[in-house]
Amino acid sequence: MSASILIVAEHDGAKLNASTAKCVTCARQLSGAEIVIVVCAADSAAVAAQAAQLAGVTRVITIDNPANAHALAALLAPQIVAVSEPFTHLFGPSTTFGKDLMARIAGLLGAPQVSDIMAIESATRFRRPIYAGNAILTVEVNGAPKLIGTVRTASFEASATGGAAAIEKAQVSVELPTHTRFVSVSAAKNDRPDLQTAQRVISGGRALGSADGFKILYSLADKLKAAVGASRAAVDAGYAPNEMQVGQTGKIIAPELYMAIGISGAIQHLTGIKDARTIVAINKDGEAPIFEVADIGLVGDLFQIVPEIERLIG
Amino acid sequence: MKRILVGIKRVVDYNVRIRVKPDGSGVITDGVKMSVNPFDEIALEEALRIKEKGGAEEVVVATVGPPDCQQQLRTALAMGADRALHVTASGSIEPLVAARALLKLVEREQPMLVILGKQAIDDDNGQTGQVLAALWNRPQATYASKLELQGDTARVTREVDAGLETLEVDLPAVITTDLRLNEPRYVKLPDIMKAKKKPLDTMTLADLGVEQHEQLKLVRFEPPPQRQKGIKVKDAAELVEALKRKGLL
Repeated sequence: MSASILIVAEHDGAKLNASTAKCVTCARQLSGAEIVIVVCAADSAAVAAQAAQLAGVTRVITIDNPANAHALAALLAPQIVAVSEPFTHLFGPSTTFGKDLMARIAGLLGAPQVSDIMAIESATRFRRPIYAGNAILTVEVNGAPKLIGTVRTASFEASATGGAAAIEKAQVSVELPTHTRFVSVSAAKNDRPDLQTAQRVISGGRALGSADGFKILYSLADKLKAAVGASRAAVDAGYAPNEMQVGQTGKIIAPELYMAIGISGAIQHLTGIKDARTIVAINKDGEAPIFEVADIGLVGDLFQIVPEIERLIG
Repeated sequence: MKRILVGIKRVVDYNVRIRVKPDGSGVITDGVKMSVNPFDEIALEEALRIKEKGGAEEVVVATVGPPDCQQQLRTALAMGADRALHVTASGSIEPLVAARALLKLVEREQPMLVILGKQAIDDDNGQTGQVLAALWNRPQATYASKLELQGDTARVTREVDAGLETLEVDLPAVITTDLRLNEPRYVKLPDIMKAKKKPLDTMTLADLGVEQHEQLKLVRFEPPPQRQKGIKVKDAAELVEALKRKGLL
């Protein structure tokens, strides 16, 4: 039996999140699989059009409902279950959106879930990190008609565009719960590239000393068109907002260039940057664990070095 | 009675350096320190704080796992939980099985809130809370960094990729905890002595009518690939040169 994979699109109402294109790449590892994207939105037109362009996608299903203006797992899950019948696999990204939603779908379907898929070996066999990436587990799903997966986005490139999949409107008439209500979302406004998709990321640790200390990173980042991240210690100390946290419990990223500035390199931080192509570490402590994983290390005072790098690249 | 149910899991302590067994059948746990999963400690701390502020009358802690898990239940009782429920099971307990067992406990205990860690730091599945909420047909608020009870509802701030999201959910509901929700208290010696006298009920999965299937077969464990050791440069100029050579600037 050939696989048929339904991918749940992540989006903000206007723009498809890059995590969806990465799920498509993951799904394409299963040769011969039919790949379908489902878009739940208040008005799905713009997002569905972007999804339809992803190479490898056969169809896009849209579920429009005013209740989908905000992505609430308790409301989205029954709608996705309503269109899930023909599919062997249901995938979503391993982002807070996907992790929250996919396990609820697994619960409604009574289906097993494989979390954080980093490689597909067959329709039922997957590889995934466990113990904060300190071990890799191969897991085989037995005797389940349907399986749920979350895709570790740092393990896959975004699928190219150029496709032209058909878009179909699904008529879904399930009663949606009213027990969960959206109140607000707050995020620091910034014009820098998105941390999860940026090619270059500069992250600061507790050694920056204050929120003010981060200014030298923002300045360098603007010159390099880089996103800015932070270690958990820096976030806990209040130097940076939580959405900037890189690491096992923050964002797991895979940029071309990662610069760890004043970050000692706790295991949970290293878990979040393992897939970066090149890691640069700047730290005054030459024994810091970050140097174990850095491709290029520089021991010294970050407050002198960072402005100097900025000056040198002009 | 206004009751909070907290789920905990026994895991390898977060300070232990994880090593994979040479035969790939698992990770080494012999002689290794075991602890309450850190996110579950945060869940218990939150429940205790709600009770101490008068928002609940009883905190019940539960786990599904082998006999050794009683150590972690006793730790939870020493932290301040009123009683413990131990669903005994051996082998790998999949999230769906754990959630079905918790649902049975929910039906018996009728809690106003169930608080769980957002994930266990061993298998990193991060599913049990959401699966339970789905089976129970109740709200879920995952990755909570702030929790306020207001009558029959809870206002929960969640740590999401975009920033902080606030939801309002009707009770009862399932909450899963993120790191910044609180800092768990330390257990004091007299509390450890007192905890020995607190009630701890034991039952099997079969007693609850839950079947322990194995749909997720753990085929092979491997150590992660190691990164090549890199170079050291002596100043900013050398660093910029090195980055230019790699085509990164």
